[in-house]
Amino acid sequence: MGIKEGCKTLKDLQKGERGKVVRIAAPGPLRRRLMDMGVVPGAEITVEGAAPLGDPIEVTVKGYHLTLRREEAQFIEVEPC
Amino acid sequence: MGATVKSRPEIQTIALAGNLNVGKTCIFNALTGARQYVGNWPGVTVEKKEGRLIHEGRTYHVIDLPGTYSLSAYSEDEVIARNYILFDKPHVVINVVDATNLERNLYLTTLLLEMGANVVMALNMMDEAQQRNIEIDPNRLSQLLGIPVVPTVATRNQGIKELIARAVERMAAPSPAPLKIDYGKDIEGEIEKLQELIEKTPVIKDRYPSRWLALKLLEGDRRVIEEIKEIKWDKNAEKILIQAEESRRYLSELLGDDPETLIVDRRYGFIAGLVREAVKKKPGVEKRLTLSDKIDAIVTHRYLGLPIFLVAMWAVFELTFRLAEPLSEWLEEAFGWLGEASAGWLASMGAPEILASFVKDGLFGGVGAVLVFIPPIFLLFFFISLLEDSGYMARGAYVMDRIMHSFGLHGKSFIPMLLGFGCNVPAIMATRTLENRSDRMITILINPLMSCMARLPVYLLFAMTFFPEHTGIVVFSLYLLGILLAILMGRLFRALFFKGEVAPFVMELPPYRMPTAKSVLIHMWDRGSAFIRKAGTIILAVVILVWALANLPVGVEYASEESWLGQLGSVFAPLFQPAGFGHWQAAVALITGILAKEAVVGTLGAVYGVGEEKAHVGILESGHWTPLSAYAFLVMTLIYIPCVATIAVIRRETNSWKWTAFAVAYTLVLGWITAVLIYQVGRLLGFS
Repeated sequence: MGIKEGCKTLKDLQKGERGKVVRIAAPGPLRRRLMDMGVVPGAEITVEGAAPLGDPIEVTVKGYHLTLRREEAQFIEVEPC
Repeated sequence: MGATVKSRPEIQTIALAGNLNVGKTCIFNALTGARQYVGNWPGVTVEKKEGRLIHEGRTYHVIDLPGTYSLSAYSEDEVIARNYILFDKPHVVINVVDATNLERNLYLTTLLLEMGANVVMALNMMDEAQQRNIEIDPNRLSQLLGIPVVPTVATRNQGIKELIARAVERMAAPSPAPLKIDYGKDIEGEIEKLQELIEKTPVIKDRYPSRWLALKLLEGDRRVIEEIKEIKWDKNAEKILIQAEESRRYLSELLGDDPETLIVDRRYGFIAGLVREAVKKKPGVEKRLTLSDKIDAIVTHRYLGLPIFLVAMWAVFELTFRLAEPLSEWLEEAFGWLGEASAGWLASMGAPEILASFVKDGLFGGVGAVLVFIPPIFLLFFFISLLEDSGYMARGAYVMDRIMHSFGLHGKSFIPMLLGFGCNVPAIMATRTLENRSDRMITILINPLMSCMARLPVYLLFAMTFFPEHTGIVVFSLYLLGILLAILMGRLFRALFFKGEVAPFVMELPPYRMPTAKSVLIHMWDRGSAFIRKAGTIILAVVILVWALANLPVGVEYASEESWLGQLGSVFAPLFQPAGFGHWQAAVALITGILAKEAVVGTLGAVYGVGEEKAHVGILESGHWTPLSAYAFLVMTLIYIPCVATIAVIRRETNSWKWTAFAVAYTLVLGWITAVLIYQVGRLLGFS
C-alpha cells in the first residue's frame, strides 16, 4: 500500500498549510487509530506546527488538536496532489 | 479478559465510557464520592476503577471504563471497554461527551449504540462550549440518537442530579434496539448475508448482537475473528468466516477501498449529519486564538519549549523528593522509636530477646519500610495530577518525543525515567500516564536501571574510600552506565517481546484546563492507598524474611557468618569470585540490599564489626577490596535485583508475577555479567 508517485502526504505540508485527506496508506493498527481519531478520507487537516526538535508535528482535524510523528504522517495522502 | 466477577444481581451496574480528557473521571468522582476502589482488570496492566452510588436508598455499582476514542481490537483499553459492555452487560452506560469537540466524541457514541448498549449521554463541558460559541441543542441530539442527553459541567457539579435520575430511569426501561446506520446498498447487502448466517447459529447469536458482529467481520476486526475461530464445534462458525472473507474481497473490488475505511467513513458521515442538525451555531471558522493556543505558542515554542519542560520537570523532581525526604525520615524515626519502645517494654516483661528483636526490626522495621514511600508517592501524584489534568503532560510528551523515540521509547516515558533518579517506586507508578502497553511495559522494566537516591550512599562509601581523588567521576560514571544500559535494554526488549505491537504516537493535545482540587486529591489518595494495599504486604513479608535469616538460629550475632544469612552468603560468595568480591560479607550485603539499597552500607558495617558510621574503615581494613573490585561491586549494586519495594510495585503495575520475575532475573544476570566484565577487562588492562 505505497503512496502514489507525485502525491503529497501530510508530512510534506508546511506549517499553516491545509489539506484534505485522500487516503491513509498506513498498516492496520495505525490506520485504524488515525481513522478513529477522525483522520478519515475527506477530513480537512491543517498543520499547526512542529515540536521544538522538528518531530512530532501538530495538526488540527475535526476541530481539535492532534499530534503525530512524521513517520506516521507520511502515510496520510492529502489533496491537492 | 473482560469476564469480571458479576456484581450481585440485585445491584445494578452503571458503566462510564468516553474519550480521554472529557471529564469522565470527574463525573465518576461526582457519582461515587469517596466510595471508590482502584484495582486492575484481570490479566492486564489496565487500571480498573469501581465505586458505589447511593441514590434514593438504593446502591448502584459504578464502573469507570478506560478512556478510549474507539472500541477496536488494537489496544488493551479498547478491548476491555468493548468486552465489558458486550459480555458483562452493564444496565446502563453513561457516555461522557466533550461538548466542545462533539464530532470526534460522537464517534464512540455511535459505536456504543451500534453494540446495543443502553446509553445515557452526559454532554459535558457545556460552559466551555458556550464560551466558544458552540450552541448545541441537547433535545435535538436526544431525538436523533434516541437516548437521553443531559448537559453537565462536571467540575461544578452541574447536571449530575439530572444525569443520575435519567440513568436510573433508563435502567427500568427496556433496552433499546441497536442503532442502525445506513452503510449504503453494497455494504448493507453483505451485512444482510452475514447476519442471516449469524442468526442461524445460536452459540454466536446469543453472544453478539448480529448486526454488530457482521460489521466487525466486514471491518476485519482481528479480535472478533479470533473469537469466532475458537468456536470449532459449530460448523456455521467456519461458514460465517468464509462468507466474511468473501464479502470483504467483494466490497474491496467493487468500491475500490477496503471495507474498514468505508465503514468508518460512513460512520463519520452519519455523525456529520447529526452535528449539522444539533449544533445550531458552529464556531466561526475565522482563526481566533484561544487561551490554549496562546499558552501553546510559549510552551511548545521552538527555542523555549524544551527549556520550559526541563525546568518544570526539575521542579517536580526537586519538590517531590526534597519535600518528601524530611517527612519520610520523620516517619522512619517515629517507627524506629516505636519499635525500640515496644522492644524495651517486651524485654521488661521478660520476653525472650529474639521476640523483642522481631518486633523492633521485623515488624516495626517492615511497616516503616512501607511508610517511607508514602510522602514521595503522595507528592509525586499531586504534581502528576496537576500536569495531567491541566493538559501539560501531553505537551511534555510532544516536546520530548523526538529524543525519547530515538531510544525506542515514548515522549511520556521521560517523566518516569527522570523520576527513577529519585526513587524507582513512584517512578514506576508514574508509567500509568503511558497509554500503550508496550511503551509502558518497557519503561517499567528498564526503570530500575536509573540510579535512585538510595544507591548514592553505597557509591559514596566505596568511591570516597577507594577513589578519594575521583569520587565525582566514579559516581557519575555509574549514573551514566545505568542510562546506557537502560537504552540498550529498552531496544532489546522491544525487539524481543513487543515486536509485533505497533505503538502509534498519534495523541490528542487537549485544551488547557484548570485542575480541580477534588480530582487531584482523589488521585493522590488512590495511588497512596493502592501502594500500601498492594505493595505493602510484599515489602513487609520480605523484611520479616530477611530479619529471620539474619537473626536465626537463635543466639547468633546479627548477619554474622553463623546466621542463616551468613551461611547463604557463603554459598553465593564463589559466584562473585570472577567479579572480584567473592567473600561472604559482600554477598550478605547484596542480599540485605534487596530490602533497600542503602542497607548495603549498614550491613557492611555490621559484618565487618565496625558499625555503620565506620563502614569505610571496615571495608578498607578487611583487605577484601581493591579499587577495581570495589568498582565492580558498585556496578553490581547499581544493576542487580531492584529493591523489594520496586519489585512489589512492578508486580502491582504489570499485574503479572511473570514479568516481575523477569525484571528480577534480568537485572541479576545483567549486573553479574557487567560486574565480571568490568573486573576481568580491568585486570587485563592492568588495573587492580
